[in-house]
Amino acid sequence: MVQINLPENSKVQKGKYYKDTTGSKNIRKVNIYRWDPSTGENPRVDTYEVDMDNCPSKVLDLLNKIKSEIDPSLAYRRSCAHGVCGSCAMNMDGKNGLACTTPHSEIEGDINIYPLPHLKVKRDLIGDLNGLYKQYQSIEPWLKTNTKVETTEIIQSKKDREKLDGAYECIMCACCSTSCPSYWWNGDKYLGPAVLLQAYRWIVDSRDDERKERLKKVADELKLYRCHTIMNCTNACPKGLNPAKAIAELKKMLVTANL
Amino acid sequence: MSAYKIIDHEYDVIVLGAGGSGLRAAVGLSEAGLKTACISKVFPTRSHTSAAQGGISAALGNMGEDDWRWHMYDTVKGADWLGDQDSIEYLCKEAPKAVIELEKYGVPFSRTDDGKIYQRPFGGMTKNYGNGIVQRTCAAADRTGHAILHTLYGQALKHNTEFFIEYFALDLIMKDGECKGLIAWNLNDGTIHRFRAHITIIATGGYGKVYYSATSAHTCTGDGNAMVLRAGLPLQDMEFVQFHPTGIYGHGTLISEGVRGEGGYLVNSKGERFMERYAPNAKDLASRDVVSRSMSIEINEGRGVGKEKDHVHLHLSHLDKNIIESRLPGITEAARLFANVDVTKEPIPVVPTVHYNMGGIPTNYKAEVLTVNGSEKTVPGLMAIGEAACVSVHGANRLGSNSLIDLVVFGRAAAMRAAELVKPGTPHEEVSETETEKCLARFDKLRNANGETSTAELRLSMQKIMQSKCAVFRTDKTLKEGVDEIRKVYDGMDSISVKDKSLVFNTDLVETLEFDNLIRQAITTVDSAYNRKESRGAHAREDFPKRDDEKFMQHTIAWCNGKDTKIDYRPVHKTTLTNEVQYFPPQERVY
Repeated sequence: MVQINLPENSKVQKGKYYKDTTGSKNIRKVNIYRWDPSTGENPRVDTYEVDMDNCPSKVLDLLNKIKSEIDPSLAYRRSCAHGVCGSCAMNMDGKNGLACTTPHSEIEGDINIYPLPHLKVKRDLIGDLNGLYKQYQSIEPWLKTNTKVETTEIIQSKKDREKLDGAYECIMCACCSTSCPSYWWNGDKYLGPAVLLQAYRWIVDSRDDERKERLKKVADELKLYRCHTIMNCTNACPKGLNPAKAIAELKKMLVTANL
Repeated sequence: MSAYKIIDHEYDVIVLGAGGSGLRAAVGLSEAGLKTACISKVFPTRSHTSAAQGGISAALGNMGEDDWRWHMYDTVKGADWLGDQDSIEYLCKEAPKAVIELEKYGVPFSRTDDGKIYQRPFGGMTKNYGNGIVQRTCAAADRTGHAILHTLYGQALKHNTEFFIEYFALDLIMKDGECKGLIAWNLNDGTIHRFRAHITIIATGGYGKVYYSATSAHTCTGDGNAMVLRAGLPLQDMEFVQFHPTGIYGHGTLISEGVRGEGGYLVNSKGERFMERYAPNAKDLASRDVVSRSMSIEINEGRGVGKEKDHVHLHLSHLDKNIIESRLPGITEAARLFANVDVTKEPIPVVPTVHYNMGGIPTNYKAEVLTVNGSEKTVPGLMAIGEAACVSVHGANRLGSNSLIDLVVFGRAAAMRAAELVKPGTPHEEVSETETEKCLARFDKLRNANGETSTAELRLSMQKIMQSKCAVFRTDKTLKEGVDEIRKVYDGMDSISVKDKSLVFNTDLVETLEFDNLIRQAITTVDSAYNRKESRGAHAREDFPKRDDEKFMQHTIAWCNGKDTKIDYRPVHKTTLTNEVQYFPPQERVY
């Protein structure tokens, strides 16, 4: 018989309960996934009662408040706090997003916070993105040009430059890739939406002289065609980008390109 | 300290920090065939360079005549004559080359009608030595830093740079006044790593988080600056803290100067474009210190907007919708998310917000770290670049878009100088264990701190003191209070508490180590400010409203050991690097 349960050491247990100590009348319960590799214990979900009267608007503010005032051991990544660095990507109320741009008022009931899905967890809300970073490197994200001109820029028309809009803005937060069921199952081989969007970004850059080689490299049953147009990626992107469309464009180019 | 597992590494050169300057240096070092490691507490594209919006300055002349000498004059004037003119000459002359290089790396710059790099007007950037506005700031919409950072990371990958990511640096390894490498803590598995190197390049950015309200990221804690202080070396010009005129009120998110470059303007509660009064020529595009002071005066005199009359409005709804969409999409999003404002219809509430540290680790234009011992001396084995460094090209006030160019010009300069100094594969000499023991003793003491005060409480006290005592306007009284009160926070470290004792991603301990770094820089900053009895650039003393060139056309040099500081001065470099340009003598600074 195939065993389809989680392994024993992965079962999430009920965690600690931190009762409010401020006496506030405006309390919300925040449930947070916790796991510390050094304890040898199973993951657990801790619950914090938080005074919302003195909490700014975003989920990151809420986490900072818990870390500063209730439990300093809570571990998560954060840096810029305004949606440009991509550090604080996590799963909030079942949806991937950036904690620093997600208002907690949009979440009804208890606030459930987990790491990005289907990543190896390093600790608490910190997921292991090394696999995705290696895939990013594999698409060779740098300009390949044969231009001999050294003292001036390569000329690019406004129209050609526009093709990069919607692609170069990606902050590599991995909200899209970790929301994709296809990436969950085949994340070791399928490049996933974040990396494919970047592959697309270099393929459509009019200054790049290796368009065909790049296309050939990505034209692979697993690397590209594991995309089944589920569209979770586009729904998840906190920057409003459309990786699903870029993937569709890649597929279209491959049909029409004479490789 | 044998309890800690120590892993040794040997490199020709190590770079600490993977933002714009660190990555540019790492690329150059790899190109030169030097065995290079780049160490960072965050993944490279998370670095704060990603938050730079408006652009990168270079006299390309794509949008009207320009000359690097004009750029140099503007930078000297913007710096209120505290910049070293040899370094400024180097920056401005190398700038066009550096931007062209970035374009070849693949940076997706916005374009002009004829397909060249688009350039926008920016504060303090003028033509023909202050006569009219020039378009010099090269932009990738309003996401220039993001575009540059991601492109530079791509270049580092191309050159197979070795990265050590999510490693928190603890201390430099010094021997007889020379730097021999550094010690870092690997957050991923809790091990301690000792990196031996012939040259260590510090590229750790600024320390905006000593203040309560800053556009800086949570990670902007100036770790490299504090490592330099603990190594017994000085920091320079720490009193010069730039307040960006337009941080979103209540949240601190940056709204690019590019908004004003594209035609946006500031308005007070009476509906006046008040900058016309303070800077009749440049108006809203005067340099940042001038605009921030003018805003503060408007607010102090009761002409602020809002319930508390404590901020002003930035208008851009009169701009063409297409321009907002194509050139300012990022700030449109930021205004919606953090001020709940639709910029095509309403103004953005803004207030001067801590943004940039002109001060830092003193270096020459080759990025070699300097100390003062009678006269200027270089510190063998140590370099600094980017916001962590004080070259000094920004002097008392940095011009907008001069920081991105600083990153790449001096990142490249550091790599070139390192390649001159180090022969690849040179063996490393022995270093005694004392440095490692000293470093781990501090680490272990903080890790096992069992006091009553949380790191977050102490950090908040520090930030509030700096915000109220060492802000846009300063007086002897507020600064003296700051000097005393900040030391009480330092004393609070005796009763600090670190609850988490683990070693894997112990962010409680990371924040405590960062606080230990911040508080030393806070002390250095407020002490340097207290001792500078003049007004220059971003340092505005109400009790000494005039610039005093006779006494203070000098860089502050400050050492800090615990809470004890020693303040000295060194003269500003009053010579240029070559005969291609003449020295610009001090003038009255009006915009």
